[in-house]
Amino acid sequence: MDSAGSADRYLPDTVQQAVKVLVVGAFGVGKTTLIGSVSEIIPLRTEETMTVASEGIDDLAGLEDKTTTTVAMDFGRITLSRRIVLYMFGLPGQRRFWDLWDGLSEGAVGALVMVDTRRLESSFEVLDLLELHKDTLPFAVAVNQFPDAIRHSPDVLRKALDLLPGTPVVECDARDRRSSATALAALVEYALAVQGGTP
Amino acid sequence: MTAEGEYRDRAVRPYVITRGRARPSRNTIRPETLLVLTDEDRPLPVSATHEERALLRMCERLLSLVEASAHLDLPVSVVSVIASDLVDAGYLTARSGIPRVTLPDRALLQEVLDGLRRLR
Repeated sequence: MDSAGSADRYLPDTVQQAVKVLVVGAFGVGKTTLIGSVSEIIPLRTEETMTVASEGIDDLAGLEDKTTTTVAMDFGRITLSRRIVLYMFGLPGQRRFWDLWDGLSEGAVGALVMVDTRRLESSFEVLDLLELHKDTLPFAVAVNQFPDAIRHSPDVLRKALDLLPGTPVVECDARDRRSSATALAALVEYALAVQGGTP
Repeated sequence: MTAEGEYRDRAVRPYVITRGRARPSRNTIRPETLLVLTDEDRPLPVSATHEERALLRMCERLLSLVEASAHLDLPVSVVSVIASDLVDAGYLTARSGIPRVTLPDRALLQEVLDGLRRLR
């Protein structure tokens, strides 16, 4: 529990404000990799028990099938200035986890959606959800460049993902700190623009 | 370590630790809320639970609620309830629990952006 390095787990006492972004996407898309590449701490994991709709079971009784499951959430942090710390929460993209998002999206700067071009269809569900909530939670798309994936231009991807014209699409290598920071910066830049009324 | 979505059982049910409550007493408590011990010379009452003591010890210096949860291996929802109680009772101080306490949103976002750009 209290592993090594507990001395540097704490934040500088000057920090006054915590800010958060969500990093969302399908399983295996690189959420934890991206968080880990920019985080100043080794990504931590916390688990939440929640009731979710069952998947893949026919609903014969006319009642919604629910099941209790434990959802793991990985997160990291960056102390951005003397005053501000940024938390990055990795969340699974499926619709059935929306309740978990709901609690976390409150007060968030926005969501960075990670996409794998080898299986674009796995991103549709999360993008649909985000389109519905775009007024309260701005989002940007980060295309994680897997080595064996075919490169597509952002315009082609924008079309394939059916994104609104203003939604930023950035390429990134989740293993690379600078690249991941650039993707996060694109999201924050967009959040600022949306707030200023010029998305 | 368990994979995403995998079930893992616990010896003590979360509702036992929170004495049956599912929600914290304060709605400003969030996973990223920063917590710190208010006064190190003020001990908890003898009736305090093991988890309350553990959380207070964990927050001897500044730490977010979600990090405290991870280090204590407790669900965030459970630690939210305990932390909220301890803030109410004055043992813990919460920072950034209330949105827009210090800076307007735009200025804050700009500061975040500047910070991220320095990482590149």
